[in-house]
Amino acid sequence: MTSTERVYGYFPGCTLATTAVDYDASGRAVAAALDLELREVPDWNCCGASFPLSAENVMNFIAPARTLIAAQREGQDLATLCAVCFHVLKRSDSYLRTHPEAADRLNAFVTEGDYDGRVKVRHLLGILRDDLGWEVVRRHVAAPLQGLRAAPYYGCLLLRPEAEMELDNPEAPKVLHNLLLALGAEPVGFARQAECCGSTLLVSAPEANQRLSTAVIESARSAGAMIVVTACPLCKFNLDRAQEGLPAAERLLVAYFTQAMAAAFGLAEHAGPVCPLQAAA
Amino acid sequence: MRVTLDPEALHGPFVREIEAISEQNLLKCNQCGRCSAGCPVVEEMDLLPNQIIRLAQLGLETVIDSQTPWMCASCLMCQSRCPKGVDLPRVMEAVRQIALRRGDSRVLAGRVDGSLLASAPQMAVIGALRRGER
Amino acid sequence: MTNPSCTTALVVGAGIGGITAALDIANSGFQVVMVEREPSIGGHMAQLSETFPTLDCSQCIMTPRTVEVGHHENIRLHTYSEIESVRREPSGSYRVRIRRRAAYVDWEKCTGCGVCQEKCPFKVESAFERGIGQRKVIYTLSPQAVPNKPVIDAEHCRYLQSKQDIEAGRAPAVDKQGNPATPKCGACAKLCPTGAIEWEQQDSVLEEEVGAIVMATGYDMLPMERLPEYGGGELRDVVDGLAFERLLAASGPTAGKVVRPSDGEVPKQVVFVQCSGSRDPERGVPYCSKICCLYVAKQAMLYKHRVPDGQAYVFYIDVRAGGKGYEEFVTRAQEEHGVVYLRGKVSKIFAQDGRLIVKGADTLSHRAVEISADLVVLATAIVPRATTPAVAGLLGVPVDENGFLVSGDEEMAPVDSCVEGVFLAGAALGPKDIPETVAQASGAAAKVLSLFQQRVAAAATVTA
Repeated sequence: MTSTERVYGYFPGCTLATTAVDYDASGRAVAAALDLELREVPDWNCCGASFPLSAENVMNFIAPARTLIAAQREGQDLATLCAVCFHVLKRSDSYLRTHPEAADRLNAFVTEGDYDGRVKVRHLLGILRDDLGWEVVRRHVAAPLQGLRAAPYYGCLLLRPEAEMELDNPEAPKVLHNLLLALGAEPVGFARQAECCGSTLLVSAPEANQRLSTAVIESARSAGAMIVVTACPLCKFNLDRAQEGLPAAERLLVAYFTQAMAAAFGLAEHAGPVCPLQAAA
Repeated sequence: MRVTLDPEALHGPFVREIEAISEQNLLKCNQCGRCSAGCPVVEEMDLLPNQIIRLAQLGLETVIDSQTPWMCASCLMCQSRCPKGVDLPRVMEAVRQIALRRGDSRVLAGRVDGSLLASAPQMAVIGALRRGER
Repeated sequence: MTNPSCTTALVVGAGIGGITAALDIANSGFQVVMVEREPSIGGHMAQLSETFPTLDCSQCIMTPRTVEVGHHENIRLHTYSEIESVRREPSGSYRVRIRRRAAYVDWEKCTGCGVCQEKCPFKVESAFERGIGQRKVIYTLSPQAVPNKPVIDAEHCRYLQSKQDIEAGRAPAVDKQGNPATPKCGACAKLCPTGAIEWEQQDSVLEEEVGAIVMATGYDMLPMERLPEYGGGELRDVVDGLAFERLLAASGPTAGKVVRPSDGEVPKQVVFVQCSGSRDPERGVPYCSKICCLYVAKQAMLYKHRVPDGQAYVFYIDVRAGGKGYEEFVTRAQEEHGVVYLRGKVSKIFAQDGRLIVKGADTLSHRAVEISADLVVLATAIVPRATTPAVAGLLGVPVDENGFLVSGDEEMAPVDSCVEGVFLAGAALGPKDIPETVAQASGAAAKVLSLFQQRVAAAATVTA
């Protein structure tokens, strides 16, 4: 028996492997600090970046299914950080499990093995809350984020639809709030904490995207937030980009929840915009 | 504007195609309007989300000319609050798919700002491209 | 059957339904036992300001009946009581055990002078005032309460709590001078002119034998916490329909002044949200709560009477106004009082800069609609009283999947149950308004009287 008690297959996803390496690195660092082993699933591929919403589209499930099959081979549940990857993988798994004829058709096509539905798709937030408990997280806090008013921003795909995502109540979510409490910070709930940042409208309708992200930032700001904490690299990008026109001093910083954890755990190099000095403000 | 409704349109191939692709019983929607009330992008839409499903219910094919399904961010707010459990995001996807199958399908990438393509997280680019454009 | 008890009726629940049934039966010369959970009778009708569609003052039309019940020589009234068990006797009558909770006040000695309530130093949230106002720890529900005798809320009573602490060893048994410790406060006992405070009072159990039962346990409203997307249970200026009645009521905590619970300011923009939890198979109750379309029109009109320069909005999906004079009533609100009706179910309500942002829609004009409101009234779903399924179980009456009582025949005999001698009336069967409740109550009473009349006639034949 190794000292690592908990082992999860880890799916970083394309964005964390390239443009959001800071999310990936801080995630791995805090997981290691908590004795959670995140073992990257070999031969993973892009989840598809959007959950197939049409019937008769088994082809679209192949991308996420291959990753689920790879996790099956490794014999572990699958942990994710990116909210969109979590959404796509979890809902794909749910769909294939409840539509056996679709799973059969998929399995007839895929050569890497048969999807059998035994892998559980998890998000690190759920793992922290349900497998470890906040008390364990609290014990690892070396530099509590005292005085840091942090707005927990849940976005859309992390929580909805509630029955399939199985993470938290989208109308009154608490998991990021409670994480921030465990880190010694002061969570600041705000009206648009689970409203859309604009998502892929970034590419197809940038002005609408700007309006949505700006509304989220303004909502967090008016609630008294000093920083916004998120679990999605697209949310972070959109919220940062919406503020590019503002002078630097007026921008509300956006960080990943893993960066907040790193700051609190004393792992400054992974803390990103979250800084214990800022917490002293 | 006056439309003539008849059983052929109400139960015809168009409605059946929408229902098959979306796997939704369109008649479950009683047009309460909650989807439109909570949609974050409604400001940029020419038709309200509830109008999209209303037109589909009545078999009125003009629905595929609307900008609305392409402005949809698939944020799932409508679906999460619908009192009847109608999965409107799937209905939006069905309209998009039919539009793509009928018109010439277009790839968005050629019209997207180059610097944006370079800096944006690829999940945004892939997600947008997979949707296509009217 | 010559047992005289078999022509005594039991009425469970003393709202307007129970009161009507009891009076009909008692006025026909038969004995009635009434059991009511609350300290006094009247149910939700006692909380209303005015009733639709007449805009009669609710207290004014109800008080003559509650007073009649209180004085009636044929009615034995047990308030602050619950049915504990029901046993069918071989003779066909019912032996009912009733538990009367400890009130810590001897109602025989109490004259209803009210000094205890006036002088009690402590206030708590009042369920009767629904978050708008408070009551004292020793309290009656209202100045017109029948019976006008108070009860002590033991959980919040300083005297009783400290007495329990001393007896349980949680508090020192002697004070600093070495004398036996005395419980705190006790102001009511010191001031009561007849010495009616009875700290040692226990629950009491009594038995009644009855020949027929009318169940009229009424309704409740969906808890606000079920509507987090509307700020339910969290935003002070988002209230439910009954709470708004307390704001409107002249005998209410604000003496009828419509003000925001948060800061006491007069609201100039009030939004009413119909179907809050109703017609919502996914996240609320699947059925229509029937009375909200009318009471919202009523409340919007009364608001405009009080605040003539205020604006009222109503978000609706349909307007259901099928009763006599109901359509005309709603039309009056729209045409004569300028209440703006918007067809769309509200998606979300949140706070911003001390006001409430309501995100709704108007499907008729094809617009998503946003309103900055000072006060929001949610017409929350009507649900059965929490105790109804348990009481129904004691009587052998089934309840449906929503907790409402099931009639013997929903179509042709709605006030019959499937249990012999047990009859049903009012909102415990499903949401309904006052006229329908009173009609069903009289219907149930008529069934009881018919049953009793047959027994009287049979007894006369035997003895003849």
